[in-house]
Amino acid sequence: MSCDEKVDCGRRRLIVATATVGGVAGVAAAVPFLASLAPSERAKSAGAPVEVDISKLAPGQMMTVEWRGKPVWVIRRTKEMLDGLRKVDDKVADPKSERNMQPEYAKNENRSIKPEVLVAVGICTHLGCSPSEKFKTGAESGIDADWPGGFLCPCHGSTFDLAGRVYKNKPAPDNLEIPPHKYLSDARIIIGVDSKGA
Amino acid sequence: MASSNSEKFKTDGSVAGNVMEWVDARFPLTKMWKEHLSEYYAPKNFNFWYFFGSLALLVLVSQIVTGIFLTMHYKPDAALNGAGVPVAFASVEYIMRDVPWGWLIRYMHSTGASAFFIVVYLHMFRGMLYGSYRKPRELIWIFGVLIYLCLMAEAFAGYLLPWGQMSYWGAQVILNLFSAIPFIGNDLTLWIRGDFVIGDATLNRFFSLHVIAVPFALAGLVVAHVIALHEVGSNNPDGIEIKKQKDANGIPLDGIPFHPYYTVKDIVGIVVFLMLFAVILFFMPEGGGYFIEFNNFFPADPLVTPPHIAPVWYFTPFYSILRANTVNFLWIDAKLWGVIFMGLGVMVFFFLPWLDRSPVKSIRYRGPLYKGALAVFVVAFLILGYLGMLSPTPARTIVSQICTVIYFAFFFLMPIYTKLDKCQPEPDRVTFK
Repeated sequence: MSCDEKVDCGRRRLIVATATVGGVAGVAAAVPFLASLAPSERAKSAGAPVEVDISKLAPGQMMTVEWRGKPVWVIRRTKEMLDGLRKVDDKVADPKSERNMQPEYAKNENRSIKPEVLVAVGICTHLGCSPSEKFKTGAESGIDADWPGGFLCPCHGSTFDLAGRVYKNKPAPDNLEIPPHKYLSDARIIIGVDSKGA
Repeated sequence: MASSNSEKFKTDGSVAGNVMEWVDARFPLTKMWKEHLSEYYAPKNFNFWYFFGSLALLVLVSQIVTGIFLTMHYKPDAALNGAGVPVAFASVEYIMRDVPWGWLIRYMHSTGASAFFIVVYLHMFRGMLYGSYRKPRELIWIFGVLIYLCLMAEAFAGYLLPWGQMSYWGAQVILNLFSAIPFIGNDLTLWIRGDFVIGDATLNRFFSLHVIAVPFALAGLVVAHVIALHEVGSNNPDGIEIKKQKDANGIPLDGIPFHPYYTVKDIVGIVVFLMLFAVILFFMPEGGGYFIEFNNFFPADPLVTPPHIAPVWYFTPFYSILRANTVNFLWIDAKLWGVIFMGLGVMVFFFLPWLDRSPVKSIRYRGPLYKGALAVFVVAFLILGYLGMLSPTPARTIVSQICTVIYFAFFFLMPIYTKLDKCQPEPDRVTFK
């Protein structure tokens, strides 16, 4: 700011200093308001683990449970379903699950602790819709003639195989998330905690 | 010279005159009445397209009044009630079934939202027909685009409130768009939602935004829009300045007082609009699934996405642009490109006053290039809107990609084709056609 002889430069500097301090205080006052929109302590502490009884889940069947407000799928895959996974290894974007979408113990070819039981968060990694199950194979699925069974997201058409691996050239960038989970017994899984206590 | 309002607007001695003089000495009532109504000179050649500004104001008032009454019965609560239905969803059903005349007020509000966008799209198209955004009306246009942005925010927040399946999953998809922003995306989405999933926190803050914050901003912007308009004066179908030709009293030769001439004209428009609005309201309030989607009559279920989800019709052109981006390009993935182009598709309207380099304003005197470009743009916009309601197939994706290119070409090539265009000379005085 220029300061000529008609202006009392001392007073002008005082105005600038006062306005600056006032402005800083005004901006600082926005902080509590903006911070109040972040998840509350109650929201952060919610999301207790859920226990699932899988004893009645027949091979080839799927069940959905709610964990932290999200659908979690538990699928008991058949031998054919597991064999089918190997056939699509070259069609999926991340066949070896190298991206960090699962705990270490699910970073294997079936993306699961026990080969047949898949536990996955049923939320598409694109924009958060829940894909629908398309277990029927071939043309009957309505997808294409050599469809091996899997999931189709109704919103933007991403497809996933029966290990939750996303097919190449689809909107979804990543495989479905595998939540932390562990077996309490053969029939009971707990979702939301694992042996590390996460 | 009269120095105060009471001296300028002297009483005629009657009781009413005395009251007005008393008021005018304390508040510029007569002055404002004259400036904005009885001595606001608007061009005398307004046509059909000039109904939509006052209609937009009418719909805004209707939305505010119906909204006030809906707020008296609605509960923004995502918790399940005794019957296992979310309280928010149940309160909307309560309004529809048990509140006296509640169904009417609710349908006026939900149908009013679509009516608002129809009126505003036509109002914007009028601006594009007659170059109403051109100098010296750039700020009117910018305030208008800001109003349009507020309307989109208002409609999006409002659509979550009934807490139906489309409310929930529509918000899920749109809020997840923010997660495409590099580095801060996930934290930003979390901050907007206020929880790790869309839930009660999201519903309550959207209610607050829908009922207080956005309407407040909207009202302020509407005032700014009108003040800016009355400062420079209205454009007209000939796109010429009526202030260039004034009579001895300084009144534009082609201007007529807004009141009573255009108030009366606008009442005709309002009556016709209300007739059409009433037909929709009473005979097809859901607009065949376009104004309220059928899936929204199911309560929100976080575990199941409906088999087909699409935004309400007024967002679908931009939704199509979002989906048309399917290629990872440079170091940016398709998801982020989609978000960038969708945002740009709206923001580009801000730059219209500077993209248009034509020597004339009105379509009447423009050459074939602009007429063709505008026609192709409108068709592309409508096709994008139509495709945005359908589920994507490879063929539809290609069509929407072509239309997306046309959409942006209309804006970004505008400086070139408006300059090359062969325009006709503008008349000195307004004409009637």
